[in-house]
Amino acid sequence: MAYDYEKSIRPGKLPHIWCPGCGHGIAMKGLIRAMDTCGLDKNNTAIVSGIGCASRLPGYMDYCTLHTAHGRAAAFATGVKMAKPEMNVIVMGGDGDGTAIGGNHFIHACRRNIDMTYVIFNNFIYGMTGGQFSPCTPTGDKASTTPYGNPDPIFDISKLAIGAGATFVARTTAFHATQIDKLIAEGIKHKGMSVIEVLDDCPTTYGRRNKFRSVVDMMKRLKEIAVPVAAASKMTAEQLEGKVLTGVLYKEDKPEYCEQYAKVIAKAQGRAV
Amino acid sequence: MSSSNEAVQKKGSTPRIEVIERYCKGCSICVEFCPTRVLEMETFVVQVVKPEACIKCMQCELRCPDFAIKVHTE
Ligand SMILES: Cc1ncc(C[n+]2csc(CCOP(=O)(O)OP(=O)(O)O)c2C)c(N)n1
Ligand code: SF4
Ligand code: SF4
Ligand code: SF4
Ligand SMILES: [Mg+2]
Repeated sequence: MAYDYEKSIRPGKLPHIWCPGCGHGIAMKGLIRAMDTCGLDKNNTAIVSGIGCASRLPGYMDYCTLHTAHGRAAAFATGVKMAKPEMNVIVMGGDGDGTAIGGNHFIHACRRNIDMTYVIFNNFIYGMTGGQFSPCTPTGDKASTTPYGNPDPIFDISKLAIGAGATFVARTTAFHATQIDKLIAEGIKHKGMSVIEVLDDCPTTYGRRNKFRSVVDMMKRLKEIAVPVAAASKMTAEQLEGKVLTGVLYKEDKPEYCEQYAKVIAKAQGRAV
Repeated sequence: MSSSNEAVQKKGSTPRIEVIERYCKGCSICVEFCPTRVLEMETFVVQVVKPEACIKCMQCELRCPDFAIKVHTE
């Protein structure tokens, strides 16, 4: 049976604006399947984004959606969740949006362990604005602003999320298409801050500059660098050089922010906790 | 409605492979990942050239970034 994606998409919104071979479309399909798996009610689910190519996603989705300011998705999403804790809140956006301009909002949402699912589409670049380097552009790679190669070390988004206090952290790639929905679904079911990092591709502003001959080459590269966590435990540091761990990287149960805040409200109102 | 080139259904087990040409951006992902060479690129839009070879693995549909190809298996 062909998968019915259309039921989740606003009528007349396709084709989407993403370039040929842009991995954001693959990640979006994974997100739709995950939301279906979890049976999320369209009227009780908000999808919140910032600005960027990835952040265009909510505009296509037939859910409650919020397209906000660059880097501010986590802040707006926190507002939605605090005002309506019964709502499912999905936050999403790019690596630039989430870890450069929005890095502060991102780490503090993780710290609070607020019950949201944050899906980061990490294509290693600022795609929308023409390929400036992001905190996730690999060291040595070319961007429009690093024509001689990027001297910066990268943010490992998943490690950053774990360090900041997120209680469910997972990573996969656009090549591992079926894993995208499995991990996002697990994140949605988890109570607390879930971060799912999807490594994908921007052929237009990153691929061309970094000697990828085609989109398929970029897909193959994602396949090559991914190592499932279980397999990694049996590998040497040398073998893990240049690889990224995939699968569920961290999971923990901890008090959730809205529930903690509800106790503060009850106390302030003189109600028993 | 969007135009589509739907493969002629030759026998019961051959799925109908639908390409929504208006959505297809010609990235070649489906062509490259199809294990049995059912698909070919032609002037920036994918064509279904060998539907009878389709093993219904759904790789093309799963990987298409553009919601442009569907494999109807019944
Ligand atoms: C306050 C502000 N600063 C800068 C911009 C310009 N801008 C728009 S999108 C973007 C980066 C997007 O990169 P990313 O989040 O990785 O998304 P991608 O396009 O790669 O999917 C920037 C810098 C802006 N819109 N607003
Ligand atoms: S510029 Fe890059 S990220 Fe933006 S739509 Fe094109 S391929 Fe995708
Ligand atoms: S379902 Fe599999 S075999 Fe059939 S066309 Fe798609 S990729 Fe090829
Ligand atoms: S993967 Fe989709 S967009 Fe790319 S060539 Fe195939 S049908 Fe067209
Ligand atoms: Mg990006």
